[in-house]
Amino acid sequence: MSFSWSEPYKPEGKLWRYLDDRLPIPRMIWDSVGGGYPVPKNLNYAWNFGALAGVALAVQILSGIILAMHYDGSAANAFQSVEHIMRDVNFGWMFRYIHANGASFFFIVVYIHIFRGLYYGSYKEPRELVWMLGVVILLLMMATAFMGYVLPWGQMSYWGATVITGLFSAIPIIGTSLQQWLLGGFSADTPTISRFFALHYILPFVILGTVVLKVWALHLPGSNNPLGIDVKGPQDTIPFHPYFTSKDGFTLVLYFMLFAIVVFFAPNMFGEVDNYIQANPLSTPAHIVPEWYLLPFYAILRSFTVDLFFIPAKLWGVLAMGSAILLLLFMPWLDGSPVRSNKFRPINRFFFFVLVVDIAILGVCGGKPAAEPWVRIAQLASAYYFAHFLIILPIVSRVERPLPVPRSISEAVLEKYSKLGSSIGSARGSMSAGAAVAPMPAE
Amino acid sequence: MASVPGLEPTPDDIHGHSVRRRDFIYVATGAFAAAGATTALYPIVSQMNPAADVRALASIEADISAIQPGQAIKVPWRGKPVFIRRLTPAEIGAVDKVPLSELRDPQTLAQRTKPGKAEWMITLGVCTHLGCIPLGAAEGENKGPFGGYFCPCHGSAYDPAGRIRKGPAPKNLEVPQYAFKSPTVVEIG
Repeated sequence: MSFSWSEPYKPEGKLWRYLDDRLPIPRMIWDSVGGGYPVPKNLNYAWNFGALAGVALAVQILSGIILAMHYDGSAANAFQSVEHIMRDVNFGWMFRYIHANGASFFFIVVYIHIFRGLYYGSYKEPRELVWMLGVVILLLMMATAFMGYVLPWGQMSYWGATVITGLFSAIPIIGTSLQQWLLGGFSADTPTISRFFALHYILPFVILGTVVLKVWALHLPGSNNPLGIDVKGPQDTIPFHPYFTSKDGFTLVLYFMLFAIVVFFAPNMFGEVDNYIQANPLSTPAHIVPEWYLLPFYAILRSFTVDLFFIPAKLWGVLAMGSAILLLLFMPWLDGSPVRSNKFRPINRFFFFVLVVDIAILGVCGGKPAAEPWVRIAQLASAYYFAHFLIILPIVSRVERPLPVPRSISEAVLEKYSKLGSSIGSARGSMSAGAAVAPMPAE
Repeated sequence: MASVPGLEPTPDDIHGHSVRRRDFIYVATGAFAAAGATTALYPIVSQMNPAADVRALASIEADISAIQPGQAIKVPWRGKPVFIRRLTPAEIGAVDKVPLSELRDPQTLAQRTKPGKAEWMITLGVCTHLGCIPLGAAEGENKGPFGGYFCPCHGSAYDPAGRIRKGPAPKNLEVPQYAFKSPTVVEIG
């Protein structure tokens, strides 16, 4: 595709040539995920999570379509129809647990994917749009997951819908009308379920379309790699197929194993028991929390407890939560370092891990009741979150002198394996560096 | 497999492709994946079959104590009507006189009723042509030229035993599975 040395597609046989002249799908597959797509040969397992995210999306769409066949989207029947799925529909319990836990697994995979991008500088030039499309996907995922969580019409569903649409009421002047517009009433009811169901059904296909754009944009410069340096020539790459199809296949098997363990043996691990109580507009559960994947942002939302500069605390919280995610869009410009990978940026690497811990702390605080000491901890962690992106990262990335970067991927790989090779060689006899570098799929 | 630019030639490049132990791994992996996909397909297909709550309503009990000879009732069963008709002795006599050779779907009344219960003619109220509900069960409805049922959609006419006598329908009205729980209660399904 993007590299001049990529293996061109050669249709073999009459049928394939016929198809190639008329509807070249096999060519497209070959060029995008086949032998025609050269990939840096030093990718580590952190690079497997993009493909896993694609599979997670497919699982959600498939199980979601099945659930939609049995779900009844009205306030009177929604809760019962979910119980109907659990008890009556053949394998309904399985599809619901796949769908509910699939959302959590999707977010786990996507968060690892995002942290990988942050660590190895995948957001930097020339992949800015790849990164920004990814942030758009994250936002779409959050919206989709939130609306999906409302559909079972349990207590958490109802009060989640009330609280999240209530965020919009923080906007001055139009806030209240906006919330009513979103809910289709003065409180969440059948109109809310109907529209959330319609959007929850269509948004995953919007995500799918964005994924196609993202992969398209990615395939121009090709994948980043752990060294963060550009591919210089054919010696730096290997074809996607069979090397990364088989590597992705391997992690896919591990992923499905973990997924099956949760779906079949701990299906309510990520869930809240209160959502097995039917929605009651007259009583809020004592402790309402969003799903775990939204907790860090929920903690930021709750961190603003006093009015500042004529802006009410409620609006501050909403603005902060929104900007916490939108900040990511500006990563390519907040980070001013010429070097992508944190492998060569020790100071920045240190702050990267501090950020990871900070987000984890925010997640814990978001799951706790809004009381001390959690509010104060969340406030400090929120302040640090913004300080990282707006102060620490811009300064450190421009001040830090990176370690020397290897001249090419193949040089770095050869060096690594010649060291390894000599130590293995001394133990096991002769082994050429070339053989160690290029493990081939043959005997 | 294509040779990889920048790397040493593989044994394939040198010797050409022959069956290797690795081929066995490929086939085994593919077979395993295919078995997994097939296993996953079973619940995906099965979930569209009738759910447990639908299956739970698959049989019903009908009280037939109030039906007088010559009358019929309609009972909803699995979303379709069932005609429970109590034949008069005259209807039984007329039905039994028809030679089987005259019938499109030859069946005697005895074959279509329970032993000793020849007056209870229980059939699905669904025309065997294209699924309309024939007239003739309720009071005052058109019973058709053979005094049984008449389908208004395409003019199929049935006799009191629900046998097709005229019109496009290919079969007699279907007799559902049923049993007499008592002389006045019949369980259908």
